[in-house]
Amino acid sequence: MQLIRLKVWGPRALFSRPEMKVERVSYDVITPSAARGILEAIHWKPQMVWRIRRLLVLNPIRFESLRRNEVGSKIPAGKVTAAMRAGSTEGLALHVDKDRQQRAATLLKDVAYVIEARIELTAKGRADPAESVQKHLEMARRRAAKGQYFHHPYLGTREFACDFELLEGEPLQPHESLMGERDLGWMALDLDYAVGMEPQFFRARMVDGVIEVPAPGDEGVVA
Amino acid sequence: MSEIVAPPIANRYDFVFLFDVRNGNPNGDPDAGNMPRMDPETGRGLVTDVAIKRKIRNYVAMARAATPGYDIYMRDGAVLNVEHRKAYLHFGIEPDTKSKKAPKDKAQDLTRWMCDNFFDVRTFGAVMSTEVNAGQVRGPVQLTFAESIDPIVPMEISITRSSVTNEKDALQNDRTMGRKHIVPYGLYRAHGFVSGRLANDGKKGTGFSETDLALVWEALANMFDHDRAAARGEMTARGLIVFKHDSDLGNAPAHKLLERVTVARVGNGTGNDGPPRGFGDYAVTVNETDLPPGITVEARI
Repeated sequence: MQLIRLKVWGPRALFSRPEMKVERVSYDVITPSAARGILEAIHWKPQMVWRIRRLLVLNPIRFESLRRNEVGSKIPAGKVTAAMRAGSTEGLALHVDKDRQQRAATLLKDVAYVIEARIELTAKGRADPAESVQKHLEMARRRAAKGQYFHHPYLGTREFACDFELLEGEPLQPHESLMGERDLGWMALDLDYAVGMEPQFFRARMVDGVIEVPAPGDEGVVA
Repeated sequence: MSEIVAPPIANRYDFVFLFDVRNGNPNGDPDAGNMPRMDPETGRGLVTDVAIKRKIRNYVAMARAATPGYDIYMRDGAVLNVEHRKAYLHFGIEPDTKSKKAPKDKAQDLTRWMCDNFFDVRTFGAVMSTEVNAGQVRGPVQLTFAESIDPIVPMEISITRSSVTNEKDALQNDRTMGRKHIVPYGLYRAHGFVSGRLANDGKKGTGFSETDLALVWEALANMFDHDRAAARGEMTARGLIVFKHDSDLGNAPAHKLLERVTVARVGNGTGNDGPPRGFGDYAVTVNETDLPPGITVEARI
């Protein structure tokens, strides 16, 4: 089977748990959808789709808390309509400073992963005889080897940019603290864009640092 | 509607931005009573990406106040939905507030209009999926946290004030005490990335131009000069080292380029250098030998 293996690392990461995203709390490890986002930042075409096969966690899992000012509310459209009828924005002003929400985020520190993924053609890709999995894999490999990308990849959110390199040859060893079996609980797999962006989950199990990722239709994947 | 005449950028850039603070608080931590942000493990100071972006926005709002196309969307006093409504009015359509979705055929026009008129939307992107939906944009300029080169030691300074707030306090003849948190000295390093493709892509590009890029460099160089405040102390931009790629996809891995910029303490020869207290205590070197093909490096500050 044709795979790409990409090592990604960075000083911080935030893979928000969907159930705790007001005060964001990260999953213990990178999610398959975040890994897909990193690969798509390097190479993607509508003719293909990335499938994450396996995630390898290299560094110990550590957290850190960070609180930031964020913009809070949205203005009700009704108020805007009223202001428009009145022909004046008087009293409608929303000072960014006064619309502050301070939100804490629980981040991961000093992370490194190996993403193992393959490519499938979409219906659009299969319809075109010029398209092949091999072609896209080679393009992605060439870009990753040269450090090229469409946009700079990141670990969950854009402020946590990550470095990456194409991995060839010997597999990397995870940190000794990750040895043994660990149940990471239910984890977001990806969004199903075919059915109105429905989130899908799977039971993530890490064995000696390795998480096997099921494909969307597989047993154990629930919406 | 303003016309952005300049074409979008055709190159990728990676940069290192260095700035320092003397007797000030570069970025307070709301979790720690507004003490300067610190990495609890290393003791190094932190400044968030959003703090830097706020200053860039403020600089552009001030320096290009009268220039069409350089409005700032996330500004003080901005009414976000009113700005969205402007886009709708421009195309003579009514927002559908029920479905919270922009009309499909107009969604791209609305986003384009926002990009053309607002510098920060074009540069950093914006989520405009509020009740009056104007789409979502990913901007080409991406900033990471700034981290200090050495651990910082924040100091708490107690201050007094000789007047009081209300009359009741005046009767008690009490003076109020306040606290200030300062970093005696800290040199901070941030990394940034400018994606050529998020600027010039036919669908996803924001149209971020060379003129806009020059303004980002200008803002980084000058923004601290216009952000003076009692809390900040003296903040100064000290270095902006830009790696330009020949192509928009890039010619070399970013980390291999940014590693070429090293910041090291300058010793006094005695082996007992003491804590850093000025930019002169550091030496910044850029290794320009054997640059990968297609890469040029420029020091902008």
